[in-house]
Amino acid sequence: MAMDSGEIERLIRAKFPDAQIEIRDLAGDGDHYAAHVVSSAFKGKTRVQQHQMVYEALGGRMGGALHALALTTAEA
Amino acid sequence: MSPQQDVQDWIRKTIANNDVVLFMKGSKQMPQCGFSAQVAHILGLLGVDYHDVNVLQDMGVREGVKAFSNWPTIPQLYVKGEFVGGCDIVREMAEGGELQQLLDSKGVAYDKSKKIA
Repeated sequence: MAMDSGEIERLIRAKFPDAQIEIRDLAGDGDHYAAHVVSSAFKGKTRVQQHQMVYEALGGRMGGALHALALTTAEA
Repeated sequence: MSPQQDVQDWIRKTIANNDVVLFMKGSKQMPQCGFSAQVAHILGLLGVDYHDVNVLQDMGVREGVKAFSNWPTIPQLYVKGEFVGGCDIVREMAEGGELQQLLDSKGVAYDKSKKIA
């Protein structure tokens, strides 16, 4: 069960249109990614809340189709 | 009471009765997932006394803690009843010294001589 990095970016972009999104395929296997998301939508949110927002954007795929996504977030 | 409700109550009690709780795959002595191992390693380096819950031993707890925290993955770290985060957040916090500040502010003992690089 792998996911394309373009699909991950599209899902995140749909929820955070202004975001700066960097996705790296860590192992080259389409299954272990690192994502860095910078968005104004994170303003005033805790880090846990910021990550929850990204997980929501991924619509339940995190922990399922998307096994490993190392996530970092920051306010724009 | 439904089994799901029992699990939620059990999780609530576990994080209320233990200052630091790590829900993980495997045990602190023998983690069975790289992400769980990383958090156990950080807590071990910092000399934090923590309670480990092996979610692989109970599918109800494994799914229940995801619902409880609104967090899709394991591991999950709780300090004094507050959800701190998973592997990425704990590592980022430990490297920046924020985790140590959190432990200080919550009055949780740890080895202050250790630095996480």
